[in-house]
Amino acid sequence: MRAFEYASPKQKQQAVGLLGQQWGDAEVLAGGSDLLALMKDDIVHPKRLVNVKELPELRGITFNASRGLRIGSLMTLSEISEDAQVKEHHPMLAHAAGEAASPQIRNVATIGGNMCQRPRCWWFRNGFGLLATAPDGKSLVLQGDNRYHAILGNDGPAYFVSPSSLAPALIAYNARIRLFGPKGPREIPLEKFFVIPKSENEREHDLRPNEIVTDVIVPAPPSGVKASHYEVRQKAAFDWPYATASVVLDMNGDTVRSARVVMSHVAPIPWVSNEAAQALAGKTISEQTADAAGAAAVANAKSLGRNKYKIKLAHVAVKRAVLQAAKGGQA
Amino acid sequence: MAENTYQWPDASKRKLIGKRMNRVDGPVKASGRAKYTYDLVRPNMLYGDSVKCPYAHARVKSIDTSAAEKMPGVKAVHVIHGPDDGAKGEVFWAGTDIVAVAAVDEPTARDAVRAIKVEYEQLPHLVLNDKEPNLAEAEKSELYKVASKETVGDPNSAFQQSEVTHEGYYGSPVITHCCLETHGSVAEWPDKDHLFLHISTQNVPGIGEQVAKAIDMPASNVHVHQDHVGGGFGSKLGLDPWGVAAAQLSKKAGGVPVKMMLNRATELETAGCRPSAYARVKVGAKKDGTLLAWESYAWGSGGPGAPGSLAIPYVWKVPNQQKQYVGVVNHIGPSRAWRAPNHPQMCVITMGALDDLAAKLGMDTFDFVKKNIDLLDPRSKIYSEELDVANDLMQWKARWHPRGDSDTLGIPMEAISLQIGDNQYPPDSASGGSSTIGGVSSATFRAATDAKRQLIAKVAPALNAQPADLEVADGRVRVASDASRSLSWKEACSKLGAQTLTVRGTNPGEGDLTNSGVGGVQMADVSVDTETGIVKINKMVAVQDCGLVISPKQAESQVLGAMIMGVSYALYEEKVMDQTTGTMLNTNMDNYRLAGIGDVGELVVRLMTGPGYDERGVIGIGEPPTVSPGAAISNAVANAIGVRVPFLPLTPDRVLEALEKAQGEGGRA
Amino acid sequence: MSDQDSPKDSGISRRKFLKISAITTSAPLVLGPTVLEVEGQEVHVFGPGKVPIALNVNGKRLTANLEPRFTLLDALREKFEVTGPKRVCDRGTCGACTVLLDNKLVYACSVLAIEAQGKQIVTTDGLAPQGQLHPVSAAFVDNDAQQCGFCTPGFVMATKAFVDKHPNATPDEIARGLGGNFCRCGTYAGIKGAVAQLSGQQQKGGA
Repeated sequence: MRAFEYASPKQKQQAVGLLGQQWGDAEVLAGGSDLLALMKDDIVHPKRLVNVKELPELRGITFNASRGLRIGSLMTLSEISEDAQVKEHHPMLAHAAGEAASPQIRNVATIGGNMCQRPRCWWFRNGFGLLATAPDGKSLVLQGDNRYHAILGNDGPAYFVSPSSLAPALIAYNARIRLFGPKGPREIPLEKFFVIPKSENEREHDLRPNEIVTDVIVPAPPSGVKASHYEVRQKAAFDWPYATASVVLDMNGDTVRSARVVMSHVAPIPWVSNEAAQALAGKTISEQTADAAGAAAVANAKSLGRNKYKIKLAHVAVKRAVLQAAKGGQA
Repeated sequence: MAENTYQWPDASKRKLIGKRMNRVDGPVKASGRAKYTYDLVRPNMLYGDSVKCPYAHARVKSIDTSAAEKMPGVKAVHVIHGPDDGAKGEVFWAGTDIVAVAAVDEPTARDAVRAIKVEYEQLPHLVLNDKEPNLAEAEKSELYKVASKETVGDPNSAFQQSEVTHEGYYGSPVITHCCLETHGSVAEWPDKDHLFLHISTQNVPGIGEQVAKAIDMPASNVHVHQDHVGGGFGSKLGLDPWGVAAAQLSKKAGGVPVKMMLNRATELETAGCRPSAYARVKVGAKKDGTLLAWESYAWGSGGPGAPGSLAIPYVWKVPNQQKQYVGVVNHIGPSRAWRAPNHPQMCVITMGALDDLAAKLGMDTFDFVKKNIDLLDPRSKIYSEELDVANDLMQWKARWHPRGDSDTLGIPMEAISLQIGDNQYPPDSASGGSSTIGGVSSATFRAATDAKRQLIAKVAPALNAQPADLEVADGRVRVASDASRSLSWKEACSKLGAQTLTVRGTNPGEGDLTNSGVGGVQMADVSVDTETGIVKINKMVAVQDCGLVISPKQAESQVLGAMIMGVSYALYEEKVMDQTTGTMLNTNMDNYRLAGIGDVGELVVRLMTGPGYDERGVIGIGEPPTVSPGAAISNAVANAIGVRVPFLPLTPDRVLEALEKAQGEGGRA
Repeated sequence: MSDQDSPKDSGISRRKFLKISAITTSAPLVLGPTVLEVEGQEVHVFGPGKVPIALNVNGKRLTANLEPRFTLLDALREKFEVTGPKRVCDRGTCGACTVLLDNKLVYACSVLAIEAQGKQIVTTDGLAPQGQLHPVSAAFVDNDAQQCGFCTPGFVMATKAFVDKHPNATPDEIARGLGGNFCRCGTYAGIKGAVAQLSGQQQKGGA
């Protein structure tokens, strides 16, 4: 790790004031799991760390029927997975938070940090840049072992996959994210927070260098909603998934009124599949309709060479999440 | 008693041998108080780090350390691999140490490393190796070492006589040792002539001499110390450049201690490598299962020194064989011994091919092995007995089904498979080659026997007896024929006066206390999710022969550990290289994946003991049980899904590809 | 900061302050925080040079002058010689550095020493007095759940936290609850045995 200076402001205005105008000046320290690894690998080398853990306004989980759930950005995955209100109103979210990583990470990793974590692309982590471009301008990903890379949204130059499995669960619930910067707060749909960078200087989030994440707002789902989160991962625990699917089904009796299907680890951003949602609308859930939704979800997917199998796995993730949701799932 | 030979006591007279005891160093390890090399903090200790070559094949053109040398806190800079070192500065794998620095703390050392400028000339490299080499091209290229063709019997006519033949691909990639305590050392010079070296090694007896040779000093002036080693698995037998560098940095810094431990990425990239082994194999048998013929074209790689050959078919004395091997030279961290070097890879190839042949014959592999058991000479009898034990533990005969013939093709598909393994090594002074228990316990036993003899000689006059009439029992030295004439151990020892007995056991030595060459049988029960290609281990059984079992709890732990390591390399492990940049891609432990506690299923171990086994003496157990798990799991997966997944690890991409290919060919899956 | 020799400098304007200064390499001086005014409030900025750090480790207050870039793990091991937590992956994956931080299980490699101040840190070294074994450590020994032993201290901490929370763990709970630690020698069977032994003890009111 390169040397940096460290501050722990007590107010969010101060935190924002301590951040820099451009990336590289400063980074926000919350749980630290990802940031410290990136700094040790010399991928980011901020001159200052702004620890936001002493900002009490970034804490707390509250629920009310009109606004829904408000989760402070510092709440850890453990706290979210064990919170009675989250379990009652957004059980799929509690489940997804509890499936992520390991107990040690869930105890420190925050929801804000989970939204802002950087890609696990092995070229990126080995210092070849976010877009992994060779000196001759060609993509290292397209020439190399891209078994874990994107199958959707992969027209380039970004081929990494979004690593958050919590974000798709939140997006499936139509969550919004609240940010705070020098000009005050702003709130955007979480879906819009994730962007596919076009150049090495851009990041994967609609976050300015001097903004912090303050809260995540999750609307209360209508009654009768069924939801499920499914992860395809090889190991029993603590293994990056190949694909995940978060499905929210708004049911009218046995028929799907409308659906939200969001995948992760398949594209540079959490991937909202309107095709899968349309395939489910008006249908009753069966093996066939679930499979059709899975097929629709990957209809536009394409292999980069070594990751063709992920198309099948994403298909299966959606199918199983739909079937699991219909059976009651985590909702 | 005083006869001049050494013998393990008879079963009726064993007190501690064969008893379930706790590991002596368990408490110090489980309390966190054990001090490893990595844990040492010596007075005024400096921290070493190094510039590593980012290219797989390059030449060092120039090095500029001036900026680093001026940095506050930097105490020594030492060039390990300069433009004039080796073959004119040529570097053969990424991660090679170029310049080492020592500084007051680790971050400062890292800053200094970043300030050093090295210019390289890049040279062409090859880091991949799983493609089948074209023999004609290989013979013309420097990147391949073509071994001469080997023939046993008359393979051509044996294949003509074969009523059933099978041909397929099998193999395992390069994997890395991933010792949890990385390689490294703490070096210091108490005076200008003497080196005191703490080093993470499997070779305390031999490493000092290696260091002395490397820095041209008398071996007797090197004091090596290590209390515990955090894993080696074969990778910590020899001396590495960074071990020498720590000593040289310390010398330059005036003798103060320098701690230099590899970081994880370098450990994975350069300090561990089990060579790959791939093969196209053809096998032939009669309809009744009699195995007649073997033909293989095999290749593999493990760094700049290409592997020389592969002893396949493994264990099986197939009467007619034709074999060709091609070693691939590539630019990756060099291969190191890996817990039974080459055996697991050879076993995967051999047992995979034979299992596929049995399936084609419509035979249960269990019956196929029994049918050809004579080809397992000289351990046919052991294997046969072990197969029967394993059958009981796995309920093999009751549960076996023909390939892919699960009730439905739904999920999960479950299957069982069996696997045999073998291991044979000469004893070794380092802790490697499965010689630790054989070497240490025999030597210890000899030493204890010698000490007892000397003691008896000293106390015999006090008991008015001849040494030959005395025995040691129940904490007393007594006259064998008259137990009333005895001395307590303490009284006996007091007769020694000021003189203490010092004896040192040796191995090999007199008497037949150790043996080598064991057989084991393993069976695996797996489930395969045919939609995702994910393999889960339900249960594994290992029936292992290891001669006289000294400490059953630890012997079982060794077998369990080997099975778990086997699950890891069968399902997850693979060193992933990038041909464009020449570097390793999965340089951290979330991408270089090890099995977790939830991935290993139920593990059952049965050690073969008693008559027929004990009298063979002590045999090391560290390596043999690592041989079979990969093949057992691969065969179980083939049995479950009806098609062979050719190469390990059995990740979803490979399993799904095999299933898809079988469907495309109109196969049964 | 280039102005480290004026530790109390409240005269810096926000505009000037936002131009974050270039970091000079480790200044040998140990300094208190630079106090700056941001949004009308004073903020203490520490480093990049050494600053006094105080940690509460196994009930003892330990102090050292460290740069903010020292992790809790490195401070424990290299400055305080508390070496139960091991450095293996150093990236929050392997679990060998697992400690309790205010009674929560964390990877010490992924926490900065400076942010661990004011918290109670417990490592294996502090589970039981010298010469005694904590019941979890004892269960590891009884079940031969250590070979090379390098993952063991971290696994002991994870197991302690796990059995406290799951006195009657199912295999699935074990897989997930102890999934944050890796062993290379393959001691998982022994660790499962230790968990089973501890569950039995808890049912009898022990452990």
